[in-house]
Amino acid sequence: MHSVIANLIPWDMLFSLDRVSKEYNSRKVLDIDHLTIERGEVLAIVGPNGAGKSTLLRLLNFLEPPSSGAIYFDRRLVPARVPLALRRRVTTVFQRTQLLSRSVTANVAFGLQLRDRDAPGLAAAALERVGLADMAHAPARKLSGGEMQRVALARAFVLQPDALLLDEPTANLDPHNVSLIERVIAEQNEAHGTTIVLVTHNIFQARRIAHRCGLLLEGQLVEVTNVETFFSSPQDARTSAFVGGKMVY
Amino acid sequence: MQTILDSLREAIKLLATFDPELLEIIGRSLQVTLAALLISTVIGLPFGAALGMARRVPARAGVMATLYTGMALPPVVVGLFVYLLLSRAGPLSMLDWLFTPAAMISAQVIIALPLVTGLTVAAVGGVDTDLRLQVRALGATGWQTALVVMAEARVGVLVAVAAAFGAIISEVGAVMLVGGNIAGKTRVLTTAIVLETRKGEFALALALGMVLLLLAFIANGLLIRFGRDIGMER
Repeated sequence: MHSVIANLIPWDMLFSLDRVSKEYNSRKVLDIDHLTIERGEVLAIVGPNGAGKSTLLRLLNFLEPPSSGAIYFDRRLVPARVPLALRRRVTTVFQRTQLLSRSVTANVAFGLQLRDRDAPGLAAAALERVGLADMAHAPARKLSGGEMQRVALARAFVLQPDALLLDEPTANLDPHNVSLIERVIAEQNEAHGTTIVLVTHNIFQARRIAHRCGLLLEGQLVEVTNVETFFSSPQDARTSAFVGGKMVY
Repeated sequence: MQTILDSLREAIKLLATFDPELLEIIGRSLQVTLAALLISTVIGLPFGAALGMARRVPARAGVMATLYTGMALPPVVVGLFVYLLLSRAGPLSMLDWLFTPAAMISAQVIIALPLVTGLTVAAVGGVDTDLRLQVRALGATGWQTALVVMAEARVGVLVAVAAAFGAIISEVGAVMLVGGNIAGKTRVLTTAIVLETRKGEFALALALGMVLLLLAFIANGLLIRFGRDIGMER
């Protein structure tokens, strides 16, 4: 049955979620009937706190299995026991930057070392891209919040994943860092074709970066559509209220 | 004050003249302590790390309470327990370890193991669980994640090893009971200090105490150096 469904998935779909739910202690926190994510697109998922956005990212990075339903990646059903090679095709930059207590370069090279790949040149190039070449030897945990987030992004970029998942990548950052981070995210998508799923509270950021946008409310996807439609003429009244700033949550 | 000055002079003299008896006692102290520390570390670090990282441990509260109680074990009680196990009427008498360094190492392992394990659990448990998630998201296997967590918890892990070293090198009750303080066979620095004190040789006893402190200082210095070496520059 799953292989039949997989064959029906268009080749340009990187992710396809079919009746996926996630429960913790019998409480359903995510319940997605259907979601597809195209290769090379930037999909923004917006929604209030506790809507299930971060849970969705964990499922997309295969860090947790869904409680029910099926996730297809690259037209193949993701098995319960996810092969390492498959998991390594996706990576996440989490909201709370988690850097190792090592130098900036060692942090950026970390994922490459896990894969036994040559690191120094690639790490240096990734640092150059995020404007931190001169910080290469600094202790990563001594950097400012914005710089730390840029290191985390460089660490993800250097892996050249098929999909990059970003959980509130600019939360609590100053405008300079927000602008710089948005620019490198867009570059990564345009220059390398990396599929990006961005979870954010910031609807303006979603509008600036994303090709498509989805609203997640109480674990359910209300509407997913292209950015213009999402912001200008949403189909669902809740989306209208959310983008119009009328939804109090 | 005079006794302290005399003991300092005596300690310098003993060390400077490479007193063979002192060197032999120092050697045995290190041999027993380092062997016990190695065994405790080899068992305690992975066990503590697994316990600290595991999401669900059956009867976790009971396991932790046992570990923390183990950290407060009176060495003399440990000595008595090992003595009873190894004595002629004990279940392990066939090992013929009583009054040998092997018995002393066994007792010290029992003292050091809960310290290494318990403090490793605390150190590893202190590493942010989100860091583990991030490391996995970057493509780490379970083993690679565990090694990264251990590396992040290295300061606490080194403290665990240092605390265990300090507890067993300065311990006297257990080694006295199961070793017997036999000259040339099981005498170590702490039992020698007790002996010299009983003989009224306070200067010599204090000198031995200073040697013991010096050893502990050097060992901890080496641990700190090791901690620095595995620190940032990787």
